[in-house]
Amino acid sequence: MNDATPAKALSLVREDIPLAISVRGLVKHFGDVKALDGIDLDVPRGIIFAILGPNGAGKTTLIRVLATLTKPEAGTALVMGHDLAAEPQAVRGAIALTGQFASLDEDLTGRENLIMLARLWGFAGRRAKARADELLAAFDLSDAAGKQVKSYSGGMRRRLDIAASLIVTPGLLFLDEPTTGLDPKARQGVWSMIRQLAQSGVTILLTTQYLEEADQLAARIAVIDHGRKIAEGTSRELKSAIGSGFLHVAPADPARLDEAEAILEQRLGGTAQRSPEGAQLSIVAGSPKAANEALAALIAAGIELADFSMGSPSLDEVFFALTGQPLEESEQEERR
Amino acid sequence: MSSTDISPATLSSVGRPPQPSAFSNALVFGWRAMLKFKHVPEQLFDLIMTPLMFTLLFTFVFGGALAGSTGDYLQFFLPGILVQTVVFNSVYSGMGLSTDLSKGLFERFRSLPIWSLSPFAGLMVGDVLRHGIAGLIILGIGLVLGYRPEAGFPGVVLSFLLLFAIGFGTGWIFLVLGLLIRTPMTVMTIGFTFIFPLVFASNIMVRPETMPGWLQLFVNNNPVSHMTTALRGLMAGTASGADVALALLAPVLLTVLLAPVVLWLYRRN
Repeated sequence: MNDATPAKALSLVREDIPLAISVRGLVKHFGDVKALDGIDLDVPRGIIFAILGPNGAGKTTLIRVLATLTKPEAGTALVMGHDLAAEPQAVRGAIALTGQFASLDEDLTGRENLIMLARLWGFAGRRAKARADELLAAFDLSDAAGKQVKSYSGGMRRRLDIAASLIVTPGLLFLDEPTTGLDPKARQGVWSMIRQLAQSGVTILLTTQYLEEADQLAARIAVIDHGRKIAEGTSRELKSAIGSGFLHVAPADPARLDEAEAILEQRLGGTAQRSPEGAQLSIVAGSPKAANEALAALIAAGIELADFSMGSPSLDEVFFALTGQPLEESEQEERR
Repeated sequence: MSSTDISPATLSSVGRPPQPSAFSNALVFGWRAMLKFKHVPEQLFDLIMTPLMFTLLFTFVFGGALAGSTGDYLQFFLPGILVQTVVFNSVYSGMGLSTDLSKGLFERFRSLPIWSLSPFAGLMVGDVLRHGIAGLIILGIGLVLGYRPEAGFPGVVLSFLLLFAIGFGTGWIFLVLGLLIRTPMTVMTIGFTFIFPLVFASNIMVRPETMPGWLQLFVNNNPVSHMTTALRGLMAGTASGADVALALLAPVLLTVLLAPVVLWLYRRN
């Protein structure tokens, strides 16, 4: 687990403002859908902060509001010390955004994309090229620099997309689902990149649908659903609220399922769920130790086990533990 | 390619350079439009083929019948085909805009601390380049075939300035469509549905005298006819100030009416 990453302060980080983001009561509708329903959020500087939630929870909308792309209907937000409504241009100068879909010009080469953005930031010809080359080298894209982006793989696009957000070192970087759609190896690469960025002092706000990703990267996690924050804390805190995951047990003799269920519920508290086929029991285990003791009690009662496993909690289980309701696959996240 | 090679930590941390001017931002977008010509040369082919075929077909197939000789017809037709080329080609900025929006590229532009209209200014720069290139090629072919602008070089320069103004004006129609419609092909289809009747029911191909009265009424008040009349006049050195003013009326109106709509649509999100 990744506890608070120390902020090695960059010269551009203003230490006198402790919070990178401070949000109060943000509201945003899309027609009848409440994408943001009065959300409050404080993101400290110099850490990786994860927004965890299912599709349609309002994650993308929150990032789009904070990156000045869309205006909220109510609420206030300070981003890197600047008021979102009053000084959007100052906010834009302090942040960078890597959206869910690669925002690159597919017809241009990787190098041309970076040079274009460097020039838009105000670097003159030679410095723009030098910065582009430095970024390409740091993101292991030098070999593909002269190729059109349309020929890049998913992992390469994502790296170029993140590189494009670092032309000017941002105080705050938004990453909207940075590893969605990547294969496991590319995902590891992006994770290590995000960690290194955070170590260099950039505050990172990322959204994710994967508890594992939030757990791997973030010092703090906010869980949101239906445009509201339903929990916030360190990964450790959330897990202790949820338990360390589900214990799955399959007795060898299905006839003794009821007996096994009673023992598990007595040892671990809570209610066991039966798998649809009825051969397996799943129950929240407070800790690996408690799970171990419950297994020992089953064996002591002479119940043979065909199989058992300990699963780290999935997003569904997090939601079940936090809201008491299973995760409903809500409407697709609104992009506008 | 191992993930350990990726080392953004080795990146030097870079502060913001001084704020660039709106003009220099627009130039960057213009540079992007030029790079598109380099990487997607096919679009140049699209740009040229239709007007080239129109020029050759109308001149050699219909020219003799319509104007007595192919040479006379070319003299009549060439300024008109330049207007048609520019009006048709302004569809490309709408398609480009629609592509950028569907790819999320504008999200990045909008999150940058730049003059918020510079992406549009860049599209306009790209348009001027496109109109200039296409216009010069068509004019070149015309010259080879025997077209002679009586007003000489100054007439050609004035004609191209008018063409840019026409392209700038009609461009707004397609920017609005590009902002409203997320599929580039639909932008093109809808755009051409508007443009085709305007281009064909005009005085580009034939003089309206032989048309039925109701159609003459339309053709004589069609802005494309005014543009064509003014361009013929500029090339021949016979255009009056009123001709040019009438030709500029539609582009000016379109700009005044649609520029705020484009801004509103762009900022609406």
